[in-house]
Amino acid sequence: MKAALPLAEHFEAGLSAPICLTWELTYACNLACRHCLSSSGRRDPGELSTGEAKAVIDELAQMQVFYVNVGGGEPTIRADFWEIVDYAVARRVGVKFSTNGSRINPDSAHRIAASDYLDVQISLDGATAAVNDDVRGAGSFATAVAALERLAAAGVDGFKLSVVCTRRNLGQLDDFKALADRYGAQLRLTRLRPAGRGAEVWDELRPTAEQQRDLYLWLLDHGEQVLTGDSFFHLGGYGEALPGLNLCGAGRVVCLIDPVGDVYACPFAIHESFLAGNVRAPGGFTAVWRESALFQSLREPQAAGACSSCSAFDVCRGGCMAAKFFTGLPLAGPDPECVKGHGQAALAGVEAGSIPRPSPDHSRVRFSRRRPDRWCDEGPLAGAGVAVSAR
Amino acid sequence: MIPLGPDRAMTAVLDRPLAVAPEVSVRPEPFGALLYHFGTRRLSVLKDPRLLSVIEALSDAPTARAACAAAGVTEGALASFEDALQRLVAGGMLQERGL
Repeated sequence: MKAALPLAEHFEAGLSAPICLTWELTYACNLACRHCLSSSGRRDPGELSTGEAKAVIDELAQMQVFYVNVGGGEPTIRADFWEIVDYAVARRVGVKFSTNGSRINPDSAHRIAASDYLDVQISLDGATAAVNDDVRGAGSFATAVAALERLAAAGVDGFKLSVVCTRRNLGQLDDFKALADRYGAQLRLTRLRPAGRGAEVWDELRPTAEQQRDLYLWLLDHGEQVLTGDSFFHLGGYGEALPGLNLCGAGRVVCLIDPVGDVYACPFAIHESFLAGNVRAPGGFTAVWRESALFQSLREPQAAGACSSCSAFDVCRGGCMAAKFFTGLPLAGPDPECVKGHGQAALAGVEAGSIPRPSPDHSRVRFSRRRPDRWCDEGPLAGAGVAVSAR
Repeated sequence: MIPLGPDRAMTAVLDRPLAVAPEVSVRPEPFGALLYHFGTRRLSVLKDPRLLSVIEALSDAPTARAACAAAGVTEGALASFEDALQRLVAGGMLQERGL
């Protein structure tokens, strides 16, 4: 019952509501990860209120959005975090939230264990403290592992251990898998994007070509045991497609609501070029999803540019829109990490200074350039295995 | 899901009274529907609007066969609908009613 190919065609034209909606509740964070895709740190004063958040949930329930991926920042920092979660669950909108684990206590672990509608993913970017803490900050490995222990002790089954793949940790894939297995968790691997503070460290932390190839083979070996949020479909260019939809879901099956209610095409594309509207406007989120000119245009067939003649195009489809945008590459053309090497060649032609500049930056310490993008890494079907039934 | 006894398992899916499982949400889409199971966290895609009509008719029909008839499924098309319903039962999206 694996996804048959024509499925992607249905999804490319867009859905009545997103399958996977990422909702960043706050830019506030108690960590300052070097690669944070949302450049999080300080709370934005214009953050949605509790009442506004509940109004969004009412809309999601009405639209039958099955579940939301809640992130930040560190979403559990919001004083009304559990109030918002409980409100969603009571309306049959499932919640999967991403956390660094610092506020997972026995009480919250038991709440998660008790509900089919709640899921959690603990972020960890090294299978050892040395590798993890270099990116996520001193003590963060111990914090995350303590959260894994509490979740396992409370009987939470199949929660997620979420890893952003970097040059430093790709040698630890088997160790991550073992760590997840030890706590009854499911491993989730996602791609480092050159966005937010990730743009600053992208050249330093992005996988080498050899690591990309090894990752592809490892993912093929592990199949659907390991979740990827569909974030590595550009690696399909090595040969057969990886499990998943293998399409860019931006504005078609995924989108992002940021802490101030702005709706972007995907969690990795926080830039005015991909801003579709705001949930506070008349018509709310529903109108943005169904009527925004940007989302309508993303649901049209997209130009492939230089990729149209490539033998791998059917599987990789030109890769990730956000990765191209934030490295200064044209959207119609190769991904910067194109496995055929076309991205590397294209990058050589990008003029210095032509790379899109960041909008708001919520870092507690200012960096030279940055764009908020999502820490909570989500692809079209993150967390949901796809089973195609019926004809 | 309610386990089926040996005699039940012998009964063809079309001759059983079925219902959407309580943990499942059904969302109509232009191409058919999406089903999401909150327990297994699996998503199923129905790529035929007639199958959605069948599923919507299940709870008021004595058997799945009657639901198919109510949804206008012709005799010739019945076998493919039987396959689809069988897969949805196996995946826990549908279950037998009233046991």
